[in-house]
Amino acid sequence: MTVSVQLTAQDTVEQALELAAGAGADGCAVLVDESASANLRWANNTLTTNGVMHSSQVTVIATVGAGEGTAAGVVSRTAVTDDALGDLVTAAIAAARASAPAEDARPLVEGGVAPGWDDEPGETSIQVYDAFAPALGEALRRASKQNRRLYGYAEHRLVTTYLGSSTGIRLRHEQPAGHVTVTAKSADLTRSAWVGSATRDFTDVDVTALDTELTRRLGWSQRQVEIPAGRYPTVLPPAAVADLATYLYWTMEARDAFEGRSVFASPEGGTRVGEQLTPHPVTLRSDPRYAGLECAPYAVAHASSAVSSVFDNGLTLTPTDWIRGGRLESLLQTRFSADLTGLAVTPWIDNYLLEVDGATGSVDDLVAGLGDGLLLTCLWYIRMVDPQTLLLTGLTRDGVYVVEGGEVTGVANNFRFNESPLDLLGRFTAAGATVPAFSREWGDEFPRTATPPLLVPDFNMSSVSQAS
Amino acid sequence: MPAVDESFIALPRRELADAALQRAKDLGAEYAEFRLERVRSEWISLRDGVLQGAADFSDTGITLRVIHRGTWGFAAGVALTKDQAVRIAEEAVNVALVSRAINTEPVELADEPVYEDAVWVSSYEIDPLAVPVADKVELLTDYSRRLLDADGVDHVDARVASIVENKYYTNSEGTSTTQQRVRVGPSLEAFAVDGGRFDSMASCAPPAGRGWEYLTGTGWNWDDELARIPGWLTDKVAAPSVEAGTYDLVIDPTNLWLTIHESVGHATELDRALGYEANYAGTSFATIDKLGTLQYGSPVMHVTGDRTAEHGLSTVGYDDEGVAGQQWDLVKDGVLVGYQIDRRMAKLNEQVLGTSRSNGCAYADSPGHIPIQRMANVSLQPAADGPSTEELISRVGNGIYIVGDRSWSIDMQRYNFQFTGQRFFKITDGRLDGQLRDVAYQSTTTEFWGSLEAVGGPDTYLLAGALNCGKAQPGQVAAVSHGCPSALFRAVRILNTTQEGGK
Repeated sequence: MTVSVQLTAQDTVEQALELAAGAGADGCAVLVDESASANLRWANNTLTTNGVMHSSQVTVIATVGAGEGTAAGVVSRTAVTDDALGDLVTAAIAAARASAPAEDARPLVEGGVAPGWDDEPGETSIQVYDAFAPALGEALRRASKQNRRLYGYAEHRLVTTYLGSSTGIRLRHEQPAGHVTVTAKSADLTRSAWVGSATRDFTDVDVTALDTELTRRLGWSQRQVEIPAGRYPTVLPPAAVADLATYLYWTMEARDAFEGRSVFASPEGGTRVGEQLTPHPVTLRSDPRYAGLECAPYAVAHASSAVSSVFDNGLTLTPTDWIRGGRLESLLQTRFSADLTGLAVTPWIDNYLLEVDGATGSVDDLVAGLGDGLLLTCLWYIRMVDPQTLLLTGLTRDGVYVVEGGEVTGVANNFRFNESPLDLLGRFTAAGATVPAFSREWGDEFPRTATPPLLVPDFNMSSVSQAS
Repeated sequence: MPAVDESFIALPRRELADAALQRAKDLGAEYAEFRLERVRSEWISLRDGVLQGAADFSDTGITLRVIHRGTWGFAAGVALTKDQAVRIAEEAVNVALVSRAINTEPVELADEPVYEDAVWVSSYEIDPLAVPVADKVELLTDYSRRLLDADGVDHVDARVASIVENKYYTNSEGTSTTQQRVRVGPSLEAFAVDGGRFDSMASCAPPAGRGWEYLTGTGWNWDDELARIPGWLTDKVAAPSVEAGTYDLVIDPTNLWLTIHESVGHATELDRALGYEANYAGTSFATIDKLGTLQYGSPVMHVTGDRTAEHGLSTVGYDDEGVAGQQWDLVKDGVLVGYQIDRRMAKLNEQVLGTSRSNGCAYADSPGHIPIQRMANVSLQPAADGPSTEELISRVGNGIYIVGDRSWSIDMQRYNFQFTGQRFFKITDGRLDGQLRDVAYQSTTTEFWGSLEAVGGPDTYLLAGALNCGKAQPGQVAAVSHGCPSALFRAVRILNTTQEGGK
């Protein structure tokens, strides 16, 4: 076996940049992603899978040519040792030379060495569950005794991204992400409840509190009521709002809108930026430094797409309003798409907050004010039906509660819905305060979201689902 | 026939495996299995005939899974060194120790014959990663231009994914396998934008367990389809909106494969039926107590699972637990008769299943992930002397012929589903009568398959599928094929999606 040396992330960046310059690249950016994660999964009150994983990926973005004639080559490899780095850089440069000029070519972003650059990657291990696992074991034994079945998953992950460029940038970002989700079912499997939350380090996860909430919800389900399809006054808790709002955020591609291919396209041509989308004072915004939802404060792109450009790596991200006071303010941009659309450069940011100005109170307050209607737990299997209107379909899951006289009195069957989140932002009649919320459908991929609960007077339950 | 890539063979797979397996044994593990895996992939996208992005990934790593005092432990790392191999063995045992607090069922595995030094390579002609990116971009530019140059097409998206997966697997029982699987997934979609409205028409070419030859005409007629997409799109934009109601449907295999995937494929995964996915992907109405009795559909419904079909995306020589690829029945004469399982589930449920052997459905999507039960190629069998698609259409008075997949959604127990498609042709008195817009079909699994009146003959059969089936926590992606003929369903609920949106 040849002895290869595993370089540090910083040495990988420096050596790759040197190799690229020596091999004739006109520009280069290097991304090193060091990832560590640990997870536990359980079902039917016992462990099913677990694991600790480490990975290390190096992405080299080489550019050749200048100005509008610049082409890029992008190659990513894991397990890159010192002797393999040269091949990786060569492959990226060869890819750039074989490519036509890139449509999104812009000068690489300039910068310097940021504080913390020399720090080692963040680490996690199975020991992050030293307190959690015994508490969970206790909860599983209690559930078995009380004829309840628990199913769930806990994950903790740290991804440290090092970005260096031939234009001087040296940036390091450490992204902690974790979540715990638990489903509880009655022994006969006819009743089901769910709770989920994001966490950055598991110190704030209280297993007993999660179990207590699940037990409360299964208790609500003692009385089962059959409710037919139809339009109902419905309270969407923050998790269900996040299920829909995340899709909305992902759909805000500027180029699609500009070309007439999205709900944000104007019938007169161009985008709907500047248009009032809803009469309500709704704000959808992203802020990389928002406390508790912190994410990378600069653009990171491992490949170019409609919403990212490898040339934009390192571009500083500032707090951005996508919707303010109900008016569409900005769309997801690269520097290229911003020029194309004639709008500001407002790149993708890895978190969002949906807020209704002046709204206060919780789900319980909305339920109390509801009279008769439904309270959802979360939504599932959400897919686009009609991009023209952003009509989405999907299902309710793990608890549609019946509200009578402002109190939960039982559980209904599940439903398939067909709704557009944009339409809902115009139709809701009451809202609560925005809180961190973990989307059932998208949270594992996109956990940094904060949303309010909403009351929609006529939520479209298109048909009954027998799932329980 | 292609061989396993030499650069994979050159990796020190046996030395690393020996180091890891020995360390696990020394630490008291009663069973251990090692994988060295390399997944290379390339993703190219064009917009309006211009390259938007090309990215080339290679993911290499080693994993060890142990059973230690009856509890699973798993660890994965990237460095291909003996030290790292020893370290993941220690980590895997440590994970098992920490996990004992929440484990109540000692893990045992079903027996499987030992396969020593087995080698398997999937069926393809041209390694897609050996074709220069510039050649690929040139071909996709040509395909895009053919669409863009036609009347009524305003924009075109074109993409292709090329994947070569290498796995070396060995376990403490003595099995060792080295495999190479190749797959490609092309997509082309033409858009029309007209007076504030837009719509699109995509190619129906499914992803396939084939090489680059698939992009140039082997297994798919690109010239014909690209020539017809603009006309189909123009007709769709001008088509009347469907009247919601109940219709007889003839469903083309380009659409039906996805309905099979969701309503039969996932529903007959035993881990779902047992509740392992209750917190994420969901469970199944087809629970194990109904095996052999559940009337899944009409008597003409015969669905098989296999990991052996040529060009199938789920096809392997051996699965990620060292089990050889097989074919078996899932639904026969309309009745549930089988499941997709792995070695632990086979052992745990051998009494009910009537067999103590796994049918080989364990799969891990990357060197960083644990193997779990993933979908076999789940296929609806055609009728030996069955009718053509035209004959099926001729049996319908007032109905819709549905081609191509688009939107899909099904509930957590696989009852209620809703699908749309690429194009919908009205059927009037047994003949196609122009396109319809805004169509979705919505049904419940057993009701829908119960309304299956006839399946087409072998000439209507197509092996379609997906590259991106998601499951498990942490999330894993798997590629899977579904073969099916055209089929006739009676009295299915059709929605008008514009009305659903309240417009």
